[in-house]
Amino acid sequence: MRTSSTSSRLLAATALVAALGLTATACGGGSSDSSGGDKSDPASLKGQTLTYWASNQGTSLDNDKQVLTPELNKFTQQTGIKVNLEVIGWADLLNRILAATTSGQGPDVLNIGNTWSASLQATGALMPWDASAFSAIGGKDRFAPAAIAAAGAAGKDPAAVPLYSMAYGLYYNKKMFADAGIANPPKTWDELVADAKKLTTGGHYGLAVEGSNGSENIHHAFVLAKQRGSDWFDSSGKATFDTPQNVAAVKQYVDFIAGDKVAAKGDAEYSQNQTITDFATGKAAMMMWQSAATSIKSHGMSADQYGVVPVPTQTAGATGDAGVTSMVAGINLAVFQNTKHKAAAEALVKFMTSTPEQKILNGTYGSLPPVKEAQSDPAFQTPDLKVLASVLSTSAAPLPQVPNESQFETLVGTAIKDLFADAAAGKPVTDDTVKAALTKAQQQMPAS
Amino acid sequence: MTATAPPRRAPEAGPGSSGKTAAGRRLRPRAIERLRQIGLPYLLLLPALIAELLIHIVPMFFGILISFKNLTLFFIRNWSKAPWAGFDNYRAAIKFHEPIGQALLHSFWVTLAYTLLSVGLSWLLGTAAAILMQDSFRGRAIMRAIFLVPYALPAYAALITWTFMFQQDTGLVNHVLHDQLHVTSNKPFWLIGDNSFWAMVIVSVWRSWPFAFLALMAGLQNIPRELYEAAAMDGAGVWQQIRKITMPSLRPVNQVLVLVLFLWTFNDFNTPYVMFGQSAPHQADLISIHIYQSSFITWNFGSGSAMSVLLLLFLLLVTAVYLLLTSRRRGDADA
Repeated sequence: MRTSSTSSRLLAATALVAALGLTATACGGGSSDSSGGDKSDPASLKGQTLTYWASNQGTSLDNDKQVLTPELNKFTQQTGIKVNLEVIGWADLLNRILAATTSGQGPDVLNIGNTWSASLQATGALMPWDASAFSAIGGKDRFAPAAIAAAGAAGKDPAAVPLYSMAYGLYYNKKMFADAGIANPPKTWDELVADAKKLTTGGHYGLAVEGSNGSENIHHAFVLAKQRGSDWFDSSGKATFDTPQNVAAVKQYVDFIAGDKVAAKGDAEYSQNQTITDFATGKAAMMMWQSAATSIKSHGMSADQYGVVPVPTQTAGATGDAGVTSMVAGINLAVFQNTKHKAAAEALVKFMTSTPEQKILNGTYGSLPPVKEAQSDPAFQTPDLKVLASVLSTSAAPLPQVPNESQFETLVGTAIKDLFADAAAGKPVTDDTVKAALTKAQQQMPAS
Repeated sequence: MTATAPPRRAPEAGPGSSGKTAAGRRLRPRAIERLRQIGLPYLLLLPALIAELLIHIVPMFFGILISFKNLTLFFIRNWSKAPWAGFDNYRAAIKFHEPIGQALLHSFWVTLAYTLLSVGLSWLLGTAAAILMQDSFRGRAIMRAIFLVPYALPAYAALITWTFMFQQDTGLVNHVLHDQLHVTSNKPFWLIGDNSFWAMVIVSVWRSWPFAFLALMAGLQNIPRELYEAAAMDGAGVWQQIRKITMPSLRPVNQVLVLVLFLWTFNDFNTPYVMFGQSAPHQADLISIHIYQSSFITWNFGSGSAMSVLLLLFLLLVTAVYLLLTSRRRGDADA
């Protein structure tokens, strides 16, 4: 039915959210069963029921359920705490968290994309992980510093703890490289473009990019700007989108289609991971992606057919900001501030971040454990994961941890998408058009 | 008055039938009956009234309230603490020389063009098909059924199929246009850039015209055949019959149909959302998506609500003016 108008639907939705907010003050939140007794006493946690919202990490929501259920059963056996698991797709997760935040009625424990950490932290919806909370799960030092840096704004207690880590690498097709007479994968962007030009021939392309995916656009623009020493926000959290370095970074990325013409024009339309398909089927010789092994395999390309190296830098062997080759990608685990079962929730976080579980879960999902102790496991010693682990520990930087991160992703991600569309339509993409697009995005950012 | 009439007549109706006890017994039922007659309509309306209040009026009230607040992510946990913004949200939305207002105005023009094109074409197609289907012929029922398919399909499934068909590389549209008919020199993009607007119009017309067809087909059934026969006797051709008989007779149907299509299309959310995801191309930035982005993606509910209220006011104005104009014209026609 189309009878309900969108304006009233939006009004209704916002107001519903608001109306729920009223009840929130009265009702508190969390699951409904009662919890009596001393919370620090493990015996009193027995019989409590937690609600856990998991994000989609596997091939499907069902796949996630199959992976997580036996592990959560172990947790129940150990502690007597029951867990209601709900796996939520990425398209819905943030809206669900938003609704839970406004209503105060939500899960006890939940997964969040680590780039949302600062935004959700600003809402106050998530329990801050102070020293005592961390000590309950074995201490902050157990986690890789880069992953902790992507769990909230600098100088504040993290809003979540790292659960799965990922990093970008440059994936290249060994056979196509050999056929084109290229001995080594590129280390600088100039080399990448030169190699890609050699590889772009007869319907094949040197590189594939996911042009209509705003988040992907942001992740690459972030790294390319960082390599130029530029950030997207200043120290006070104000947007600085249209600095000359950021303009150059975005232009460099869009030029893969516009100027260098090493990626297919059709890539401008990609938003459903067609990049991986193109790479796995040999249509493109290279792609920059995060932890793609499982997806590549599912498209029929075996691990020995491709190699993974760090994403190139502007000059070979660059260090510091100039040497950044990836954002810190990953999933964080948070405790909902309104939970009535804080101790039980912390117990679940402790379990999920325990070394054995970290090995099992990250091993299954093809991600890297943010828990240092788990990283030495043989499961993470494959050639590609070793490269990504080294990227994560040496050349990855977290996306801006500011409350307005989601506006940044939306506005700049869309601006780059539109620039790709211009490039695909054969319209010129110049410093001026890029700067105009970024200025416009910046002006639409809220003042604070 | 009508409600009280029957009880007054009741004593006269049964004078000889029984004694005092019967009259006393009748008094109470009479009071109840009166109450029932007065109260029943309201009682029956009550559930609808409550539902209307809960589902429409109360949320709208809160929506309007929120539009005067600075409700950003910092306050969504306790929205009553959000600072009052006065008319700031509105001011930002209608400052058309500044970026936020400019973007909203651009979105408004895109939406208006989209709506006018979609409604116009849907109406034209619907009218043409309804008139062609008016005379009975073999297979008419099947044709009518086929015409209604787009309206019967679930919106999301149909829209996702359209996005597949519009894909530049592997889509059916480009396969037909470029590979088979050789109409274009290279494969155009439909889901990004300039064409995204036209792709959206095409899909919208495809979805809307069966409704126009259905409504007009029903309207045509009410036109007496004799009118056409008389006109034919007077030597009126097909075009004259359509102009002088069909169209004037369909005016009441058209009046509602065009208004409803306009409101639906102007507020259309599904089409752009399924086709383009959360970030529509600049050329296809419909107002519904624009407001969605302004509130749900960027978590600025005050600003989004202000835009929603402005949209509501605009649509109310359009509806009022339209109804005034069309009913006056109809009044003239009747007189």
